[in-house]
Amino acid sequence: MRLNVDRLTALAVLAPSVILLAIFVYGFIGQTFYIATTNWQGLGAIEISSVGLQNFEQLFVGSGLPFFRFREALVNTVVFTVLFIAACLSLGLFLAILLDQRIRAESLFRTIFLFPMALSFVVTGTVWRWLFSPRSGLNTLPTLFGGAPLPADQWPWFTDRRQLVTFTWADASRLVVIAIIVGLLAFAVIAARRRRPVQALITGLIGLSLIGWFFLGGAFEALGKVVRPAHGVNLAMFSIVIAATWQMSGYTMAMYLAALRGIPEELREAARVDGCNELQVYRHIVLPLLQPITLSAMIILGHISLKIFDLIYVMAGGDNLRVDVPGIHMYLTAFRGNNFALGAAIAVIMLILVAFVIVPYLVNAFRAEVSR
Amino acid sequence: MSASAVLQRRRWTLNRRALTRSAIYATLIFWAILYLIPIYLVLVTSLKPRAEVSLDQVWTLPRQVSLDAFGAAVEKLSPNFLNSILLTVPATLLSALIGSLNGYVLSKWRFRGANIIFPLMLFGMFIPYQSILIPLFQLMSQLRLTGTLWSLILTHVVYGLPITTLIFRNYYTEIPDELIEAGQIDGADFFKLYTEVVFPLSLPGFVVVIIWQFTQIWNEYLFAVTLADPLTQPITVALSQLAGGQAIDFSLQMAGSFLTALPTLLVYILLGRYFIRGLLAGSVKG
Repeated sequence: MRLNVDRLTALAVLAPSVILLAIFVYGFIGQTFYIATTNWQGLGAIEISSVGLQNFEQLFVGSGLPFFRFREALVNTVVFTVLFIAACLSLGLFLAILLDQRIRAESLFRTIFLFPMALSFVVTGTVWRWLFSPRSGLNTLPTLFGGAPLPADQWPWFTDRRQLVTFTWADASRLVVIAIIVGLLAFAVIAARRRRPVQALITGLIGLSLIGWFFLGGAFEALGKVVRPAHGVNLAMFSIVIAATWQMSGYTMAMYLAALRGIPEELREAARVDGCNELQVYRHIVLPLLQPITLSAMIILGHISLKIFDLIYVMAGGDNLRVDVPGIHMYLTAFRGNNFALGAAIAVIMLILVAFVIVPYLVNAFRAEVSR
Repeated sequence: MSASAVLQRRRWTLNRRALTRSAIYATLIFWAILYLIPIYLVLVTSLKPRAEVSLDQVWTLPRQVSLDAFGAAVEKLSPNFLNSILLTVPATLLSALIGSLNGYVLSKWRFRGANIIFPLMLFGMFIPYQSILIPLFQLMSQLRLTGTLWSLILTHVVYGLPITTLIFRNYYTEIPDELIEAGQIDGADFFKLYTEVVFPLSLPGFVVVIIWQFTQIWNEYLFAVTLADPLTQPITVALSQLAGGQAIDFSLQMAGSFLTALPTLLVYILLGRYFIRGLLAGSVKG
């Protein structure tokens, strides 16, 4: 009897949190989806009507600055995500391996590499804005050794307007969709061979419906018309990557270091006895054992980079298209331009991108836990 | 092999070892210096009198230390500093306390469906907050809370619940169930078990969660810039506006950055061990 009362109490204690999160997360997401399908603009009492998926369509194929800006922001995010993850993983692993060599003053070094994590992105943005400002900061570092400052027009950092590679939206977007379709179908085939029918069915169906929408629904043709202005890999983005890596690489270092400490010394010793030198010990024993950590780190960093906002907003301002990202574009569209419908549509796309990274991760984590 | 050759060989490996060690230390020191460059620049710039911050003297030590910039930053930012404290402290404590209760329920009172509800709760800590920002703003306007610190406190408590619940749940799983069962045999009810068995063992968990939440909420920007008005702006928003002015006063900006960073930096330096634990707990499995 007592136990039943306690069980009910337990549920009652958890209930407020569940209800609050149901409203603040799922209710609000639903509301944002709804707003994204309307034409809601401005703050006054105006008539709001449904426009279906028109906002999304415009974002991907519409002509006009806000829509071009969104696509530029999307390209920038992809570039940023790839570079940022690569930089954090390699630097983090590198520093962790160095620190794992029984270093004196290890905790001092660890503190130095990790302290930027304790700072706000706003602080990082303010400080790196100064470091990267073309007429002072890093460009004047040579003066400390009696040299001439680097010329601002050749080292404009985040104000750089140059692009490494340029491409049209038509090419890039169609290539990405085809890659996704091929990837999904390949995954479905592999899953089917490994006798995982549910996975095979879900990914296969998504892949096939993408094919239908893409080739029969006219998306292929519509995307093909968007050829100007061109997009590119913006050099300015590299400055953002440097600042973000400065802040976050300590995190991957800490993750790798914790994992390295978890590898039993006997395992390495056994490899050495078998004739491996130190490099081979790392290649054949340590690095394979770090793979799960790398995956976790990629997911954590990936979802951070897909929603990045404050660092770039503070560092480069909101109007620098070369470093624009959806997080900034959404905020400005909705809360400065009062175009709530379009802002909501951008937010929905951000959510979908993040969900692609996070949902499989959560499903995986909890499936492992249940079977344990 | 002759004895001298063996000796020679050993000396060679010793030298090689010493060489590798010095190379490792040199590399570490090199990277440490790189990581510290921004801090160096913040300190020398904020301690220079304004006239001394010119192109050719960016990197030099201040010829004369001036606290003018700090004085100005304190004067400009202290109301916002206070706002940040007034919002961070209650939001941190509330979300920690609720998270602790949730973690207790989820780890010691397992119920059917918990394995679905809990991941659904966790999803809330990964979403881009842009995807809930417009409805959140609408709700706060309807409740007439926009422009008050309450709107930010409520927001941070709610969106902090997933991570605090997660950390406490993982932490409490390590408390043996036998302790709870023993308490139950002694006739302790749900709350008594919490206050007398679970809570007294919770201190390290609370330290991790409080540090994590304090840092997150203090450093947050998106909610703050959307929900606060000029009077209730937390320090991050005020700092960003310091940078946005027309006359760029770098020493003021750097002093302001230092002030904004100070509380979380202190927490990190004093309690770094727990900070790292919170950091690693963020990757779900902890």
